[in-house]
Amino acid sequence: MDVFFYIAVAIAIFSTIMAISRRNAIHALLYLILSLLAVSVVFYLLSAPFIAALEVIIYAGAIMVLFIFVVMMLNIGLEKSMEKKWLNPRMWIIPSLLAGILLVVLFLALSNVGSLTENKGDILPKQVGISLFSTYLLGVEIAGILLMAGVIGAYHLSSQNKKVTHRFLEKK
Amino acid sequence: MTEGTPLTYFLILGTIMFFIGIYGFLTRRNLITILMSVELILNSVNINFVAFNKYLYPDKLQGHFFTLFIIAVAAAEAAVAIAIIINIYRNFNSINVEDADEMKY
Repeated sequence: MDVFFYIAVAIAIFSTIMAISRRNAIHALLYLILSLLAVSVVFYLLSAPFIAALEVIIYAGAIMVLFIFVVMMLNIGLEKSMEKKWLNPRMWIIPSLLAGILLVVLFLALSNVGSLTENKGDILPKQVGISLFSTYLLGVEIAGILLMAGVIGAYHLSSQNKKVTHRFLEKK
Repeated sequence: MTEGTPLTYFLILGTIMFFIGIYGFLTRRNLITILMSVELILNSVNINFVAFNKYLYPDKLQGHFFTLFIIAVAAAEAAVAIAIIINIYRNFNSINVEDADEMKY
């Protein structure tokens, strides 16, 4: 079991360094997604499968898609025909190779314990949900208010400036 | 599952990722990369929370709760920061931090 941990840690640290040092934003994001996947495997080995699943869904799924969307939308400092370069397999081969290693590690770890529920000491989603809605209810409400404030703030910031004067008062 | 692995290793992993994030935060000049570094920093804190929960208080769930809370904070922070980045790009036509040095609205 320790071997899995070391492999996941090595991939996490390597891809984090690559994510920080890449010049092209898309490549950096690719490595950042890989780093999040590796950390998710570490969470799974720490007997927290629910957190591992949320890490993949929210971080690697939602937040990174938002990043990639913005990079594509702003098209920062790039010429028109970058798509051909991005689809170059040389750029994708190292991240996909490392992600394949992570997948193999996860499968081996799963097959070692039989199934998810048999593993003793795991914190299952049911326990987390029960404690979230009983002991930590206040925290859940605060997180909800925070997310709503974030949504309203993002909408307000990204909306175009509207005219403040009436059209009759405008100078011709 | 990782009974043989001491707690120290997880803390070392968290520390290494935290300081890689700090390094990127301080040295990069691209706003999107800076935001990515902040996400890395938050993520390394998550590792610490889950590891402490597993090794020191296995019968409690505080670490898990705070990890969920941090993920929610990271999502809200990413949404607002990306809105700010889009606004800066609209006004300065660049997302380099050195180009955006005047506080004019």
